[in-house]
Amino acid sequence: MRRFETVRGGALPLNRADVDTDQIIPAKYLKRIERSGFGEFLFDDWRKDPEFVLNDPAFAGAPVLLAGANFGCGSSREHAPWALEDHGFRALIAPSFADIFRNNCAKIGLLTVTLAQADVEFLMARAEELPDAAIVVDLETQTVATADGAFRRSFEIDPAVRRNLLEGLDAIGLTLEREDDIAAFEERRADDHYPSTVPAAEESA
Amino acid sequence: MKTIAAKIWEQHLVRREAGLPDLLYIDLHLVHEVTSPQAFESLRLAGRRVRRPDRTLATVDHNVPTTGRDLPWDDPLSIRQVETLRANCAEFGVPFFDIADPRQGIVHVVGPEQGFSQPGMTIVCGDSHTSTHGALGALAFGIGTSEVEHVLATQTLPQAPPRTMAVEVNGELARGVTAKDVILNVINAIGVGGGTGHVVEYRGDVVRALSMEGRMTVCNMSIEAGARAGLVAPDDVAFAWLEGRPASPAGAAWERALDRWRALASDEDAAFDAVVELDGAALEPCVTWGTNPAQSAPVTGRVPDPADASGEAAREQTARALRYMDLEPGAALADIPLDRVFIGSCTNSRLEDLRAAAACVRGRRVANRVRAMVVPGSGLVKAAAEAEGLDEVFRAAGFEWRDAGCSMCLGMNPDILLPGERCASTSNRNFEGRQGPGGRTHLVSPQMAAAAAIAGHFVDVRDWEMD
Repeated sequence: MRRFETVRGGALPLNRADVDTDQIIPAKYLKRIERSGFGEFLFDDWRKDPEFVLNDPAFAGAPVLLAGANFGCGSSREHAPWALEDHGFRALIAPSFADIFRNNCAKIGLLTVTLAQADVEFLMARAEELPDAAIVVDLETQTVATADGAFRRSFEIDPAVRRNLLEGLDAIGLTLEREDDIAAFEERRADDHYPSTVPAAEESA
Repeated sequence: MKTIAAKIWEQHLVRREAGLPDLLYIDLHLVHEVTSPQAFESLRLAGRRVRRPDRTLATVDHNVPTTGRDLPWDDPLSIRQVETLRANCAEFGVPFFDIADPRQGIVHVVGPEQGFSQPGMTIVCGDSHTSTHGALGALAFGIGTSEVEHVLATQTLPQAPPRTMAVEVNGELARGVTAKDVILNVINAIGVGGGTGHVVEYRGDVVRALSMEGRMTVCNMSIEAGARAGLVAPDDVAFAWLEGRPASPAGAAWERALDRWRALASDEDAAFDAVVELDGAALEPCVTWGTNPAQSAPVTGRVPDPADASGEAAREQTARALRYMDLEPGAALADIPLDRVFIGSCTNSRLEDLRAAAACVRGRRVANRVRAMVVPGSGLVKAAAEAEGLDEVFRAAGFEWRDAGCSMCLGMNPDILLPGERCASTSNRNFEGRQGPGGRTHLVSPQMAAAAAIAGHFVDVRDWEMD
């Protein structure tokens, strides 16, 4: 996983609540078997509206996305974070995120920052007014600040998620270091209490 | 003094360490064609194996056509995705219900149907509707592709313990009010983010009185309230449903399993982080009018006026939904004319759903303007329905009778709405474009969908003559 480095840049204000992953990446684009290339389909239906904020050249290249509450609700498709990341977003800020979406982001190095509703609204209003003004998202210090220093808030994050992001750790590699614990667990419990998906004939063969 | 969720969690703790998420053992991993190819590919690149193929089951459901399966299939990307899953299962030794297998179907219908989903288990799948399996008293939740890879490689997942929420529905449902109406009302009450961070345990007289299929419908849509999972404590309804299924324990093992399963129920004085109570007797058949599953009203109700919403943001959200849905504030929901009806999806495609829908259409005809289809949840559901003549009932009424898959729930196969078409759907999401770009979805129960197909608009099934 890519290591998370401090983000400094523009913020794109997507002032809607309950944005679902079907909007972030519609199902018809989920047929690829690769991880890359989803960025061009990000918010595909909404982008057909020329007024949609993602079409506004003032926010082109902004690495931070500001959104309403419950961002990323709905489907578990990791294609949604892949599309956001592929488009160039490095940090997402919202009053709340859907659980699976937030987990998926953490797994690919995309930082989700939860701030109070009023703070997100402030940053959105500011971005709309001053699209070029940068904000700084620093995971080391757990702060979001405007580049001029007028606004500065700290945010909470799961310490393990924070470390994984900062160090770009391979979660599977970490778990495989616990191989002995997993084997011991399987040994200790009555494994045959749980159904096998392998047909009996094959299993005994 | 523990909830069932806490008990299952503790029974699956591989490792607990300060400052780290718990490492949780996974008993069953269900796999489908859309969210798995990248996981298998990464596994291959890292030289890793599938740790427990015998705890893994794959099938194809999202992309597959539901008609003309013996004909050439005109979707190269979907074909490639299905072929990729087939090859991955062969390479990694994962059991696979391929498209021609009579057991093929929607992954959340197949697991319980085969008896693979049992009380007290941890079950995951790269699909948010994995919560369906919670109906059997399992802790079941959806994961993303990176986590799919994690489970394939390790049979575990690092997870922070959830908060718990009790949703208590007491009283008795009126005739024509179903499990679907229960869950739509729950979502309406707590909102699409109301369950975030929580595992919901559904309790109360109404939940106890629901069939296993009904409980699956309720648990299925837990994610629509943002919940991490939803479950029902296993009881005699669950045990009767499980007995004799291919993967269920048998003989002495069955008796021992019953003892274990009976001990799972939440302790009498277990404390929940949140409690929500609903009066079952007050619930009415429900129709969604908006673009998220919380935007619903009783079928006797009207389209809301954005002006009545509290706060600027809520007004704008309601107005946006009505613009997309092309609905006027104040219009009676029962007057909304329909173009399409879809009976299917992991929410409502089991035999009981099809029986209930058939009872509403027997001897009648689908309205002239309406195109209606039934998509059974699995090959076995389809066969069972045909054995009792349900296919004939639907066909005689003018419904299309199709093969098993996710179909028009999410429009990844050719079953989609055309732009502007309006559909009464038994599925789980009414998001913009969910059933096809520009399509308009109203979520309802199978009975409501069936009666609407006949009438050409929504009707109150409480007044509908059922066979």
